[in-house]
Amino acid sequence: MSGFGGFLLRRAAGTVVTLLAISVIVYVVFYVTPGNVAQITCGPRCSPEQVHQVAEQLKLGDPLYVRYWHFLQGLFVGQDFSTGTSVEHCAAPCLGQSYQTGQQVLDIILAKLPVSVSLVLGAMVLWLLLGIGTGVLSAWRRGRLSERVLTAVTLAGTATPVFVIGLVLMIVVCGELQLLPFPQYVNFSDDPEQWAWNLLLPWLSLALIEAASFARLTRAAMLETLAEDHIRTFRAYGVAERSVVGRHALRGALAPVIALNANNVGSAIGGAVLTETLFGLPGIGQELVHAVKVVDLPVVVGMVLVTGFFVVLANAVADVLYAVADRRVVLA
Amino acid sequence: MSRMEAADAGRAGAADTGRAGAADMRADMSLVEVTDLTVEFGALRAVDGLSFSLAKGAALALVGESGSGKSTVAGALLGLHRGTGARVGGAVRVAGTDVQAASEEELRRLRGARAAMVFQDPLSSLDPYYAIGDQIAEVYRVHARVSRRAARARAVDVLDRVGIPDAARRSRSRPHEFSGGMRQRALIAMALACEPDLLIADEPTTALDVTVQAQILDLLHGLRAETGMGLLLVTHDVGVAAESADDILVMRHGRAVERGPVAAVLAAPAEPYTRELLDAVPRVDARRTGSPATDEVVLEATGVRREFGRGKRAFAAVDDVSVTVRRGETLGVVGESGSGKTTLGRMLVGLLEPTAGEIRYAGRPHTGVNPAVQMVFQDPVSSLNPRRSVGESIADPLRARGDRDEARIRGRVRELLERVGLEGAHYDRYPHEFSGGQRQRIGIARALAAEPRAIVCDEPVSALDVTTQAQVVALLGELQRELGLALVFIAHDLAVVRQVSDRVAVMRRGRLVEYGPADEVYDTPREPYTQQLLAAVPALDPELAARRRAARRTPAAA
Repeated sequence: MSGFGGFLLRRAAGTVVTLLAISVIVYVVFYVTPGNVAQITCGPRCSPEQVHQVAEQLKLGDPLYVRYWHFLQGLFVGQDFSTGTSVEHCAAPCLGQSYQTGQQVLDIILAKLPVSVSLVLGAMVLWLLLGIGTGVLSAWRRGRLSERVLTAVTLAGTATPVFVIGLVLMIVVCGELQLLPFPQYVNFSDDPEQWAWNLLLPWLSLALIEAASFARLTRAAMLETLAEDHIRTFRAYGVAERSVVGRHALRGALAPVIALNANNVGSAIGGAVLTETLFGLPGIGQELVHAVKVVDLPVVVGMVLVTGFFVVLANAVADVLYAVADRRVVLA
Repeated sequence: MSRMEAADAGRAGAADTGRAGAADMRADMSLVEVTDLTVEFGALRAVDGLSFSLAKGAALALVGESGSGKSTVAGALLGLHRGTGARVGGAVRVAGTDVQAASEEELRRLRGARAAMVFQDPLSSLDPYYAIGDQIAEVYRVHARVSRRAARARAVDVLDRVGIPDAARRSRSRPHEFSGGMRQRALIAMALACEPDLLIADEPTTALDVTVQAQILDLLHGLRAETGMGLLLVTHDVGVAAESADDILVMRHGRAVERGPVAAVLAAPAEPYTRELLDAVPRVDARRTGSPATDEVVLEATGVRREFGRGKRAFAAVDDVSVTVRRGETLGVVGESGSGKTTLGRMLVGLLEPTAGEIRYAGRPHTGVNPAVQMVFQDPVSSLNPRRSVGESIADPLRARGDRDEARIRGRVRELLERVGLEGAHYDRYPHEFSGGQRQRIGIARALAAEPRAIVCDEPVSALDVTTQAQVVALLGELQRELGLALVFIAHDLAVVRQVSDRVAVMRRGRLVEYGPADEVYDTPREPYTQQLLAAVPALDPELAARRRAARRTPAAA
């Protein structure tokens, strides 16, 4: 297993490097802008004294690399903020402070994160089941009526905006049939059952959209592996079509699915704004939109960093899954 | 169905008898009974009214060039064309199953259990994601009601039978961890798992080195003797057929050209096509004639070494090799895969820098690519850009040289196309419009465009059929005589190399094993490795093949 351990180490190092690169880009994009950075950071309603204070905290007088180093230091060891009257400590992954609300950015994000993670992970399970299932089925039944119907449905799925599906689901399920209450977020730790019931519709509507692209990808990958020589081998040995498709072809088709899933999970954590807004879920996406609207720069930067972190993390997990599924990856 | 042909096969009775009658006759019926088989893919008729039969325990070789329909026949025996859109006509009866009429269930019971197939490319024919032992066990459990554990034990058993060392441990390896020969053994093991009555081997040794090929053919021979199973061997290599089959059926354009006992057909072919095919097969004892070799040294490698990898993983692909090529002379480089012959070729052309030693061109040390030394590659499909016309590809060296005059370039390319036996008007066509042999001619034209003094040909004919192979070899010889080219001919096929070479370098594990005039190396090989290589070349004479096989077995037993 030493080869596998080495692979994990190399992958972890790669993840750290990517995260650092993201932090540089985010820093440059947001803090090396023309105009008065301190004013923008502080917000439009800041007094000149406050702006001055912010400029000092961001070390705007110092050269660029010192300012970035300061920013990085905050991320890794934390930093102290003076709010004018007292000094506040911002602990290790310090993403700064919102000058509009006085809250620490990390606290704002941590408050919203469980909602987004609940939404995305639950939806992920659904979209994988639906997407892979449909994809396998339509590859298997290729050219028959059932495949055409499935293709049409998934195409419609890709083309329908989430607020249409979500609205229709809500009107039908909650309004007309009254099977479920209108969704309202409940903490998992408070009541797991209510948590699941309330998230069911958001999960479904997010999953239905995503499942369509998974179905199409799975179908394409399945058709490719089904044409490979080793599939012919197992058919020529009388292995039942069910096992040929489910065991051999699907295994070969999973790699691109894992990759797509990593990207979608990572970006949906910060990017499922529409679903969150539609169902009134106080998640990261909604908060990000709000922060952009009121120009709360520290919060925006923090959110972008966290979203980037999840994308990178999801991709790292995907790479490890790859390697577990196919040991040849470790050799490369 | 054409009655004439069925009657011609002489075994029409069995095919026309009703199902009940057929069951009664099963005991003394032949193992395979193909009557008037046709397979059509769209407008293409791949198999056109073929009839043959195979008795229990007998071995028949289907021999033909690519496109002759031989592999299609093999697939039809197991009903593999079902659901692919191919139209199959005629009757196929294998081990008592009417393949055409059988239900899916009956077909599955036939496949693997009574008739098992071994495929050409053992790497792509095994699932890369599962351990080899698990794949064999899975197939075994399809046909035998046994526990997972028992199936796994059976897999280890058969792997051991086909000569995989330390089978219990190796059964847990995945296909990429096996060498080519071991993979082919593993596939044969899979075929053996259910003790089939018939083994269908589709080009089982085409991807393998000669010595490994000999081992696999010996293994098939031994297994047949032990288990009494029948063998249907599909091959393009007449030598392989002579080694392993009792009867031979020569196919062309989906039809049978000639059939009979191997020895009789090969000794005295009745049909012109069979004769043509046999004449095109390079003989390992045929000398080169009419060589324009001179004493003027064109290309020289002295003590070259090339390492790949760094630190502990570094290994020398080529180690201390010195060769010279003279004007008008052909140097043959033979060796098995991994012997370093391609690496040597790339260093001679300047595509790779030697780690040590030097390459001299016309007496002076030379580094980097040299327009006067060109290369022709093995795979004429992948070495031409599919998105550019062949004329553009051939014009590349001219443009690289600084030629800008469009009209002159076109004219020169036309000349080159005609020189290699194509038409000047082919300039604007794309690679996919040409056959394999034509594409190799295009590759040669491209090499000639730079007016080289030396050409390194890396396996230039190994992807081609024997008749095409002979034409390309003849073209190279002609060009050499006309232009005084120095040629380096790299190949794993010892017979082809003999045919074209003045001198031969035998390589093994990066080192030069034997180096000298071709006739000396082939007629009186000094090194045991060279002797072993030559002994592994399939003989066209079945009797000689049997004697050689016995000889190979004796030292192995001792």
